Amino acid sequence: MPTRISNLAQRIGHLVAVLLLVSVATFGMLELLPGNLAYSILGEGAQPEAIARVEKELGLDRPLPERFLGWLGNALAGDLGKSYATGETVSHAIAQRLPVSLQLMIAAQILALLLALPLGLWAGYREGGTIDRLISGSAFGVLAVPHFVLGIVLILLLAVWLRWLPASGFVAFETDPIGNIRSMILPSLTLALVEAPVYLRLLRSDVASTLREEFVVVARAKGLSDWRILLTHTLRPSSFSLVTVMGINIGHLIGGTVIIETLFALPGIGRLLIEAINTRDLMMVQGVVLFIAAAFVLVNLLVDTIYAVLDPRLRHGR
Amino acid sequence: MAVSEAGIQPATVAAAAAPRRKPRTGLRVILPAIWVALVAVLVVAADFLPVPSPTHMDFDAAEARPSLAHPLGADLDGRDILSRLAHGARVSVIVSVAAPLIGLVFGTFFGLIASFYGGVPRMAILGVLDAMLAFPSLIFALGLTTVLGPTLLNVTLALGIMSVPAFARIARANAIVLLNREFVLASRTAGAGDLYVMFREILPNMAMSLVTYALTVMSIMIVAEGSLSFLGVGIPPPTPSWGSMIAEGREALERAPHVCLIPAFAMFLTVLSLNLLGDALRQKTEAKEGGLS
Repeated sequence: MPTRISNLAQRIGHLVAVLLLVSVATFGMLELLPGNLAYSILGEGAQPEAIARVEKELGLDRPLPERFLGWLGNALAGDLGKSYATGETVSHAIAQRLPVSLQLMIAAQILALLLALPLGLWAGYREGGTIDRLISGSAFGVLAVPHFVLGIVLILLLAVWLRWLPASGFVAFETDPIGNIRSMILPSLTLALVEAPVYLRLLRSDVASTLREEFVVVARAKGLSDWRILLTHTLRPSSFSLVTVMGINIGHLIGGTVIIETLFALPGIGRLLIEAINTRDLMMVQGVVLFIAAAFVLVNLLVDTIYAVLDPRLRHGR
Repeated sequence: MAVSEAGIQPATVAAAAAPRRKPRTGLRVILPAIWVALVAVLVVAADFLPVPSPTHMDFDAAEARPSLAHPLGADLDGRDILSRLAHGARVSVIVSVAAPLIGLVFGTFFGLIASFYGGVPRMAILGVLDAMLAFPSLIFALGLTTVLGPTLLNVTLALGIMSVPAFARIARANAIVLLNREFVLASRTAGAGDLYVMFREILPNMAMSLVTYALTVMSIMIVAEGSLSFLGVGIPPPTPSWGSMIAEGREALERAPHVCLIPAFAMFLTVLSLNLLGDALRQKTEAKEGGLS
């Protein structure tokens, strides 16, 4: 037990240090911009009065460390500043758009597992056979397709030619639940198809090696069916690295969300970021980047903890 | 495979789990090599191709299907797709060669330093690398390109910096193992200094795995540059890039799907080829290293 507690303390200490460095980097992002910050924020041709107002609001006359601490304090209290382009506060904009991104990511992760688990099990079970080569080969091919290409191909296929689904756009769940699901199928499927091959290939090789373990031989000798062996004896011990990689993969998932939201015109955090970058809405860019990085770090810690709970070997420090 | 952030490198993670079948060369190496060579020829010959300039707009030919005048058709503004593809390949090649090189050089350097010197240098390097990895890679590249400004040089720089942590981790993981080997001890006993051990003993022994990884990163960089251009944050127009060609073509997917699909297919083939070549190289080096130890 004591090692677990000190482990956790160490992890949290590390987490705080990383978060601090992340906030320094995000804060420094705007400081690195050439020229007067107020000019950069307001853009060319800004009125001198407006410049003076922004300078005062951001406290640009104060020394750098003091400003950083003030900014960090506000950020910790949930105040990430406000957009000078729309007047909206950054935290309000994030709160508005977060549900869309979460829905997309969770749906994609579920779909990816629904694809990867059965196919990975099957391919691992038939290692080296025709089925395995077909599944693994397709997975290798899909790995080479970037998000936006896959999305476009799916739009062309399912929306333009077959007309089964809308090509882009978003319908809120509150206004039309069925429309919402229809508008989210293509984006989630695209994101899932990008992630699934990674999971599938990992599971496949883990299943293949688990099937060579002695306890599987024993189970076979007992006369258990292949189904029972696969589902009750093989899946769990083969899924530990899958869980780890799903955790590491969250960064990739977030990047994918940005692309998918732009491609399908979904009002999520990713599109918020891209729109802010394109309109040079710097306060919004800074706030969203800080939010994403902090969320990513926290989720990673959570995944580490879940992993320790799942794998008894880690829990007992063996 | 803790050495790489799967965030940007799904291919690597998956490759680690790849089947350990008998290495088979043959079509799996020859075909991708031919495609990569073809792209290289396109890049070199881009200016001499008997097609219009990539920025020449011939509105009469807008959305034209492939023909004699435009071998691969023309885009929404009547610009020749083959010409744009060839010039766009330049961007992909520059980014996919230069960015991993930046990561390779600086990553190896920081990884070596962090494995040789404990205390403050190690803490500082590992801390900064961890903070960099705390940003999802695309977000990191987006932020950096926003600050630096979207030019070819800056996009390359941003993607190169983005890949430094992964290289540093691989270098450090390799160096820590090598540092305990007998030949390092022998070299030390013979009076070798840190620099000698670092560059004459450790570096040559981990060069192969770093270079193999760099080849994997090349395909990731092509996709990353494509993503930035697709998001409208990459190399600005009128310079053609595969990503921006795909983004522009998306607007007319219904009327003229070829405008979007041709660069998309080119990108797919290039990434697939690099993945196949990287896989073959990795199997080869792993078989060799396995035989040695």
